Amino acid sequence: MDTILNVTSNPHVREKTDTQKIMLCVIVALMPAALFGIFNFGINALILILVSVISCVFFEWAYEKLLKKKSTISDLSAVVTGLLLAMNLPSSLPWWMAIIGAGFAIIFVKMLFGGLGQNFMNPALGGRCFLMISFTGPMTDFSAFDGFTGATPLASLKAGESVDTMKMLIGTIPGTIGETSTIAILIGAVIMLLCGIIDLKIPASYLITFSIFTLLFAGHGFDANFLVAELCGGGIMLGAFFMATDYVSSPITPMGKIVFGIILGLLTGVFRFFGPSAEGVSYAIIFTNLLVPLIERATIPRAFGIKRESKKGGA
Amino acid sequence: MGLKTFKGGVHPYDGKELSKSKPVKELLPKGELVFPLSQHIGAPATPIVEVGEAVLKGQKIAEAGGFVSSPIYSSVSGTVKAIEPRRVAVGDMVNSIIIESDGQFNEVAYEETEDVTMLTSEQIIAKIKEAGVVGMGGAGFPTHVKLSPKEPDKIEYIIANCAECEPYLTSDYRRMVEEPEKLVEGMKIVLQMFPKAKGVFGIEDNKHDCVEALQRLTAGNSRLEVCELMTKYPQGGERQLIKAVTGREINAKMLPADAGCIVDNVETLVAIYNAVRFGRPLTNRIFTVTGDAVVEPRNFAISIGTNYSELLEAAGGLLAQGAKKMIAGGPMMGFALFDLNIPTTKTTSALLCLTEDEASKYETTACINCGRCVEACPEQLVPSKLADFSERGLKGEFEKWYGLECVECGSCSFGCPARRHLAQAIKTMKKQVLADKRKK
Repeated sequence: MDTILNVTSNPHVREKTDTQKIMLCVIVALMPAALFGIFNFGINALILILVSVISCVFFEWAYEKLLKKKSTISDLSAVVTGLLLAMNLPSSLPWWMAIIGAGFAIIFVKMLFGGLGQNFMNPALGGRCFLMISFTGPMTDFSAFDGFTGATPLASLKAGESVDTMKMLIGTIPGTIGETSTIAILIGAVIMLLCGIIDLKIPASYLITFSIFTLLFAGHGFDANFLVAELCGGGIMLGAFFMATDYVSSPITPMGKIVFGIILGLLTGVFRFFGPSAEGVSYAIIFTNLLVPLIERATIPRAFGIKRESKKGGA
Repeated sequence: MGLKTFKGGVHPYDGKELSKSKPVKELLPKGELVFPLSQHIGAPATPIVEVGEAVLKGQKIAEAGGFVSSPIYSSVSGTVKAIEPRRVAVGDMVNSIIIESDGQFNEVAYEETEDVTMLTSEQIIAKIKEAGVVGMGGAGFPTHVKLSPKEPDKIEYIIANCAECEPYLTSDYRRMVEEPEKLVEGMKIVLQMFPKAKGVFGIEDNKHDCVEALQRLTAGNSRLEVCELMTKYPQGGERQLIKAVTGREINAKMLPADAGCIVDNVETLVAIYNAVRFGRPLTNRIFTVTGDAVVEPRNFAISIGTNYSELLEAAGGLLAQGAKKMIAGGPMMGFALFDLNIPTTKTTSALLCLTEDEASKYETTACINCGRCVEACPEQLVPSKLADFSERGLKGEFEKWYGLECVECGSCSFGCPARRHLAQAIKTMKKQVLADKRKK
């Protein structure tokens, strides 16, 4: 033989899926919610989505350029962050605030901690919460929807008013760009489930825990209408399927995912029913993100064959 | 139909259609054959021939170096040319006996046993040991040791590993298509030693013709059973096979016998049959030369000790574009070769030549914690964490997360979207931790 061949450790073949393809699938899955947001809120929503995506990609590119690092924008994770951030903004937000949110998400939450895979919380939610604290007024102004009070259904619920759950399912209600249509979000969730991007451990344990909490502690008893409104309102659907399932900031252990979902459900309930605001999903998620290392340590899966060590041979 | 299987695993492209329909062709070697003294787990064999000595085919050339060891026989007649270190498939230099074939294949006379049912367990074990039979699926554990468990009465299952879950490999498949009766006879001999055991042929459902053949041959025998398994890698891993067939689980500290099982590969059972019935030592096996870079993928009946390059030549050599990767064994657990000047041994079942080097083709990117490795791991480990611990030298954490349970199947690296070399990192750490333990 003329040439010496490359020697590597096994395995010598690889599956086709890479990070870029996964991110692409998430982007596709976000499209129903994004398109509905544009339909519901008009051109402003489209502008905010574009501004948010472009600035996220730009900040990642510029950070890596400045620090002379290899560019990673082609993995499309910045696009996902930009899209998710936009989904969490009210359509009336000034575009420059979206740029600030994108900058905080990418530079402070993601890149300073080492880039993709190292961020300890979901960058998009980090950006959103930063904007919530910095620009509380514009971030909670949903009047652009109907030109009136712009009270979200959750705020109405909290004030003791009744809401139209059918509208909440379809999404023709005030709210942030991507959170209003439960149906559009569920279509995206089904896409991700079918492509094997996410599984149901986190969303199911989150939503079930939250439902039980609502029935027990929200003070409405077993009011199905109230429960449906709580599940369809606010960011809980978007949060449960698109943000709590963020790989990097959720536990990798199977049991950890369930624990993570349960904590999310409890915290969201506490924030929504006992806190001053009608919302609570974003804070619940970023707070629970911080607990991930602890959750993982407490849920180390027992390896194959370990549990039966004592009673060996049991068929 | 709920096929039996285990939890986890992956579905790599199986590539078996390249060679599965090619009948086994006997290949007579030319020139020099190399017999490494370590073709098995345990002590190396001790040479009992001298340089210049004439040997016959089937003549013992090295004696077992202990109980956990195995003798080695010449697969050709000729002259001992040298006893010196030679490179083997795994990359090490191993002391080897080199024999120049005279092309005559003059064979020693073997002691046949007309009625094997008259033999005692001790006699059967002695014949298997003397014939140099070892696990031919790849591990090379001496078969006579495996068949001598501490408590023979507790063995309830003899499992024939007919899964052949490694992609591309078709040697076991061809054996089952062409000579399934030898496999069944081998199983019957083993069952003779374990009166309480049932013989189960665990076979993936992609080899349906073999399932039918085995069902025909085992029909009416209440001690034999064919168990169809889901086609999934690593279904033929010992622990995974036991789980699928019996529902029992063993870990790294246990032996199959602890779960009442003994697992033997197809070729091993055939070698047991040849050894006990015909007194023939292990000198030949079926070997697949395949891959998209090979002109004519084939299955050969080879003389153990034949050079890899001779086998590739017999399969028509490489296509014009050449091969970027050559592997001894399958793509999931085989060893990459930098050169084909190495001998076949008792445990090598294939030469795979690929036009793509997928392991080096992709650049490793950041781990996104997606958990695909966790889902793929048949041992229910968290490979991404274990690889992190390996890279940071955290031995305690590595053990705490059950790193030593890794079976090195490669499923984690296969499915990793960040193209991390997870299995490699875990294997490296596992070796270090085990070495530390031995020192203590």
